Amino acid sequence: MELADILIKFGLIVVIFLISLVVAMYSTYAERKVAAFFQDRVGPNRAGPWGILQPLADGGKMFMKEEIIPNRASGLLFIVGPSLAIMTACIGSAVIPWGQPLHIGSKVVDLQVTDINVGVLYIFGVVSLGVYGIMIGGWASNNKYSLLGAIRAASQNISYEISMGLAIIALLMVNGTLSLKEIAEQQHGWHWNVIYQPLGFLIFIVCAFAETNRSPFDLPECETELIGGYHTEYSSMKLGFYLFAEYINMFVSSAVMATLYFGGYNYPGMDWVTAHVGPVIGPLIGTVVLFAKIFLFIFFFMWVRWTIPRFRYDQLMNLGWRTLIPLAIANIVLTGIIMTFFGK
Amino acid sequence: MSTFYVIAFLSIVFSLLVIFAKNPVHSVLYLILTFFTFTIHYILLNAQFLAVVNFIVYMGAIMVLFLFVMMLLNLNKDTEPGKHNLAKLAGVIAGGCLLVVIAGSLKALGKSEPVVLQNPDLGLVKNLGKVLFGEFLLPFEVSSVLLLSAMVGAVLLAKKEPRTV
Amino acid sequence: MESLSNKKKVLEAKPLTLAEKAYLPAIVRGMGITLKHFFKKDVTIRYPEQKREFSENFRGMHSLKRDEQGRERCTACGLCALSCPAEAITMTAAERQPGEENLYREEKYAAVYEINMLRCIFCGLCEEACPKEAIYLDGDIVPSEFIRKDFIYGKDKLVEAPLNQ
Repeated sequence: MELADILIKFGLIVVIFLISLVVAMYSTYAERKVAAFFQDRVGPNRAGPWGILQPLADGGKMFMKEEIIPNRASGLLFIVGPSLAIMTACIGSAVIPWGQPLHIGSKVVDLQVTDINVGVLYIFGVVSLGVYGIMIGGWASNNKYSLLGAIRAASQNISYEISMGLAIIALLMVNGTLSLKEIAEQQHGWHWNVIYQPLGFLIFIVCAFAETNRSPFDLPECETELIGGYHTEYSSMKLGFYLFAEYINMFVSSAVMATLYFGGYNYPGMDWVTAHVGPVIGPLIGTVVLFAKIFLFIFFFMWVRWTIPRFRYDQLMNLGWRTLIPLAIANIVLTGIIMTFFGK
Repeated sequence: MSTFYVIAFLSIVFSLLVIFAKNPVHSVLYLILTFFTFTIHYILLNAQFLAVVNFIVYMGAIMVLFLFVMMLLNLNKDTEPGKHNLAKLAGVIAGGCLLVVIAGSLKALGKSEPVVLQNPDLGLVKNLGKVLFGEFLLPFEVSSVLLLSAMVGAVLLAKKEPRTV
Repeated sequence: MESLSNKKKVLEAKPLTLAEKAYLPAIVRGMGITLKHFFKKDVTIRYPEQKREFSENFRGMHSLKRDEQGRERCTACGLCALSCPAEAITMTAAERQPGEENLYREEKYAAVYEINMLRCIFCGLCEEACPKEAIYLDGDIVPSEFIRKDFIYGKDKLVEAPLNQ
């Protein structure tokens, strides 16, 4: 690999990292604004015009607050928990194709950090790793509510991973590849996977809500039952890491959903646009389209949060095991039948 | 090659820590780290699929359940069952047997030869799938039957017996 | 037991229809409702900049009134302090010296007049008790302070501004 290529990759990683952090930061602001709008309120509007500096103020507050480590907590693991949570949240975006390759002069720049052969499974693995941050933190706190939150998070993640995987299998049958780049390329123009896999998408999005611990499946941090759930004992920036990891997870899972089911950077009429604006601007427009889709999904996450009340724990398990898994298996069988008899 | 030695060293260290850690939860966490080094080994062998499956299934699911059970157990000093002398004796005999078996098998095998892959891309999903569902179809299906029987057994154990009054 | 009034209405728990069991139509309807609110005008006001009008009989901060010539009306009779159920008012009387006729209307006036705003319950009994129409609770909301001492309001904060200003 040439030095220039390495530099380009490094730059891309830095840019993606910064973008996911900024998006997560402003998701906290957007969450409060959206919540306010849904409740006929104004939302934060004091820090800067329209409260636009609110995330900075929040971050500053988090850094300034007193750091408390409980006496009986197990010291190192108490710190490892939030670090692991935010780390696993950040590495998920490595395999997402952010756009078509750019042609700058004779150079071709891939807008993807790495195109590994098993991209879908990689994301899956990162998601399943994410629960360790919560479990370790919850256990290390030495608090019964934290432990209950951690256990809920673990069982919820494992239960919903199964139906998520089954939903992806049906998608892989249609696309025939595990590489996210190829999946995105196959959805060229308007051939989005959601048209071929509506049921699979429905299952996937429900599981995505459960995996990111977002309402209505935010039982690990259910205030009414568990005080704060797994982060009851956390304060200062360690708490901030947990909250921040949730928003980064939301961003990454929105990106994954947009890539897997909603065509990624593809949009109808993209060939015509690329032919007219050239091979640099064209793919960049695709990237903008991808981000528009991601923001729509993030808005959808918030919309659901402020509409649907939290599930009860047994309802959650019933939905996961008795409804989603059979549905996902039926989806696989149905996809197989249709592909056999009608071709794709 | 140097990467291999670093990772191999790490896996041995972590697996020793699994045994020597006092706290069972720490032990499980070290086991997770050991599995992580295994994942890196697979990547070094260009077996991407195996690496990711090891990552998802072992690290992401099975070890979560291990941790889950460990957290729920009440592992205080006083709840630990007392070790009888008989149990100690049995342990020594079993350990000795294991040692003999390992030593014997090592001797029987002789010096192991480095595995040379004919096809370096064998670990990729496509090739692996072709091999699994072509050449090794029967063992593959038999192992799935084994898993099924294990599942049935688990369900049977978990089901409450009807009360006979 | 038999209902005597016959007003009891027995509710039947109907089994859910398929559409209700699927849960999705209900979610879609709920999300429609929230989306409607998303585009509605907000009902809040931005408080320190905008204020809602107080009702006519709102009782806020006290003010000690002046008469038409700008003289203080209060004669330090102490009826307000006596009527106060919360014991919030205290005062010290003083005799008007010659030459002070343009400052105080009566021959006796309050040299010190203090209201403890933390004690005050804004009942308005002082207003009713005053024979000189000197005290009214027609002010704004009492602002917040950092220490308790600052809530004891003296004449500097209570007396109305002079007329010619």
